[in-house]
Amino acid sequence: MDVRSQISMLFHLDKCIGCHTCSIACKNIWTDRKGAEYMWWNNVETKPGTGYPSKWEDQNIYKGGWKQDGTGSISLKGSGKYKGLINIFHNPYLPLLEDYYEPWTYKYLDLIESPAGDDQPTARPVSLVTGKEIDIKTGPNWDDDLSGTPEFARHDSNFKNLTSAEKEAMFQLDKMAMFYLPRICNHCLNPACVASCPSGAIYKRGEDGVVLINQQVCRAWRMCVTACPYKKSYYNWNTGKSEKCILCYPRLEAGLTPACMHSCVGRIRYLGVMLYDADKIKEAASAPEDELIDRQLDLILDPFDEEVIKNAKENGIADSTIKAAQTSPVYKFVKVWGLGLPLHPEYRTLPMLFYVPPLLPVMASLSDANNGEQAGKLDPIAKFWDRNTLYDTSTDSIWGTIEQARFPLKYMANLFGSGSEGIIKEVLKKQLAVRLHRRNVTVGDIEKDFVEKVLKDVNLTPELADDIYNMTSLAKFDERFNIPPAHREQALDMLENTGDLKGSAGFGFKEKPVRGL
Amino acid sequence: MALSNNFFFIGLPYMALIVFLIGSIYRYRSSKFTYSSLSSQFLETRKLYWGSLPFHWGIVFLFFGHLTAFLFPRSVLLWNEVPIRLVILEITAFVFGIMTLVGLANLFYRRLSNPRVRKVSNYMDIILEILLLTQVFLGLWVAYGYRWGSSWFSIVLTPYLNSIFLLNPQADAIFVLPLVIQLHIIFAFLIIMIIPFTRLVHFLVFPLSYLWRPYQKVIWNWDRKKIRDPKTKWTIHKPTNN
Ligand code: SF4
Ligand code: SF4
Repeated sequence: MDVRSQISMLFHLDKCIGCHTCSIACKNIWTDRKGAEYMWWNNVETKPGTGYPSKWEDQNIYKGGWKQDGTGSISLKGSGKYKGLINIFHNPYLPLLEDYYEPWTYKYLDLIESPAGDDQPTARPVSLVTGKEIDIKTGPNWDDDLSGTPEFARHDSNFKNLTSAEKEAMFQLDKMAMFYLPRICNHCLNPACVASCPSGAIYKRGEDGVVLINQQVCRAWRMCVTACPYKKSYYNWNTGKSEKCILCYPRLEAGLTPACMHSCVGRIRYLGVMLYDADKIKEAASAPEDELIDRQLDLILDPFDEEVIKNAKENGIADSTIKAAQTSPVYKFVKVWGLGLPLHPEYRTLPMLFYVPPLLPVMASLSDANNGEQAGKLDPIAKFWDRNTLYDTSTDSIWGTIEQARFPLKYMANLFGSGSEGIIKEVLKKQLAVRLHRRNVTVGDIEKDFVEKVLKDVNLTPELADDIYNMTSLAKFDERFNIPPAHREQALDMLENTGDLKGSAGFGFKEKPVRGL
Repeated sequence: MALSNNFFFIGLPYMALIVFLIGSIYRYRSSKFTYSSLSSQFLETRKLYWGSLPFHWGIVFLFFGHLTAFLFPRSVLLWNEVPIRLVILEITAFVFGIMTLVGLANLFYRRLSNPRVRKVSNYMDIILEILLLTQVFLGLWVAYGYRWGSSWFSIVLTPYLNSIFLLNPQADAIFVLPLVIQLHIIFAFLIIMIIPFTRLVHFLVFPLSYLWRPYQKVIWNWDRKKIRDPKTKWTIHKPTNN
């Protein structure tokens, strides 16, 4: 057992309101520089939709991630030792600026300095790359909230195995649903970006698992951009170096939360330590597709287990880190409650950012509230909001509602279950059970026996359900973010004075990040 | 005449080699950040395909061809003993030369015509591309006009280059060569000299070591086994690997 620690994350999608505060926080700190304008280390996309960069999930185009051949060994899909070096002069799978968008600004000065005339002056858009006037074709979050539109939603690659009837059902005006998917680098356990870098510039930090690109070693071979199936490694066209989310490691080391998490308005984000067994990474990453999630969860170790603690100590993991692992909210969501799932586990990078799949858009539907029995079930507040319709999460034939969900389970399974609907259903049922339990506690209009049966069905106790509810809805800042001390006293130069170096590429060196000749 | 000859074929080579060596090492040590291939594929890919691929594969072949003639002159002569083999070698080399030239011309055109690529070009890129274009053109001229280069290279140029590297320069044979060949030699050294001041440094850091490193890479800020042991001294623990 080779115990290591990883700072991992959990996003509770039911709570994301799609406000993009996270993206802006990140942009303001890290990517408002020349060459990085188009990068969104944190982005929030609307699902169904094509995302950013456009159709990033379609690995037939981008060739990201790992593939497993029949024998059970894995190799990088579009890069790797041989393919990477052969394609080094021209990488056929490289996403281009057009696949993201061409960054622009406006000629604001024209508004003020134009000579007086009959027409209102306008501020024409100019490209931030060439400085020339451009016609804007797409921009950041161009498809925001456009689920249902032919250009975007229908090109979502997660529809691949849905029948056209199922697909069409999703686009009916009165059934249309959507949810938001915030994404950052997953700081994977089997990172494809690291494996694809010919220069060896990308590495995973042993202490906390943050994946970083050494700006002094990167030589613009661009393979990581192809290899990362989540397209979270970006090429800075100005400095000629690739860059990616650094999980705000300078903040983490100082005990602060990453900026995107800190600013999250919906409080959907959780961050905490998990201990894992590095010996089993390869095995887990090469598992058959339907076992991928289970194997990945098996990697994550029980921080209360004596054996694990002993091995962790032998491996130099600090006591404070072990303690943080025991109190980690992510560990609870993922391992104890079984609510967190990785995004697209079939890419085999073992992402360490987990998602609680959204329940509401999946199962709620609008129904007529005045039809007798239903109307009687409404609580007074709901009636006050809207007399005629009910946002129906009704309790009869409880698991049936999930089967007939507005979002076909298959779609959700393509995102979070590597195709297995069973796994998704399990998680949604649990969430629904917690809801019913709380409804029973607070409103009391549901039979107690019924709730008990429901909880038992999903292996929850009322206590566990309350824990889930507390962590989901009431948790304060310090409960959501559990950051172990970085022990900088033991590594004095882990980080230099950040203030001195703002505007530089990374904190490790003092050279200005100026493009070379 | 003798003076300028001495300068071009003895002085310049040494100057070039010294500038190249010191310059590249100094740049590597003092501003590693600038060591990059500065790829612009992200901004424009179609034209790059028709430029970068023929140019790079062509120049790699030509580079190793020249290197072989320099390092193993006898094997080359032995190979060339059979005329048909000589012709095959020369034609192949010539084809690669054409490929390189076409690739370069495409790259040059792309650099000037595409507004995005222009934005990320600097004057050294232009100088370098002009030098390379001239050099490849001269090379093709030599190959076509002064046959058969692969044979006389081993007899004339190998001893000359050897004498340079052995610090006992013997350039008399070069002085009497046709001007085109002399120019080809001069440009070669010029290009070597400007390597540290251009993006050419990227070939010095070509990542061959990728072939034998493990795919995954983990770096520790300190030696994790020793750090917990109170008896270890405070001074160890700089980053180690995996
Ligand atoms: S999400 Fe992409 S960039 Fe981040 S660690 Fe995984 S493979 Fe690398
Ligand atoms: S800040 Fe939070 S709620 Fe808002 S879009 Fe980002 S993840 Fe969603």
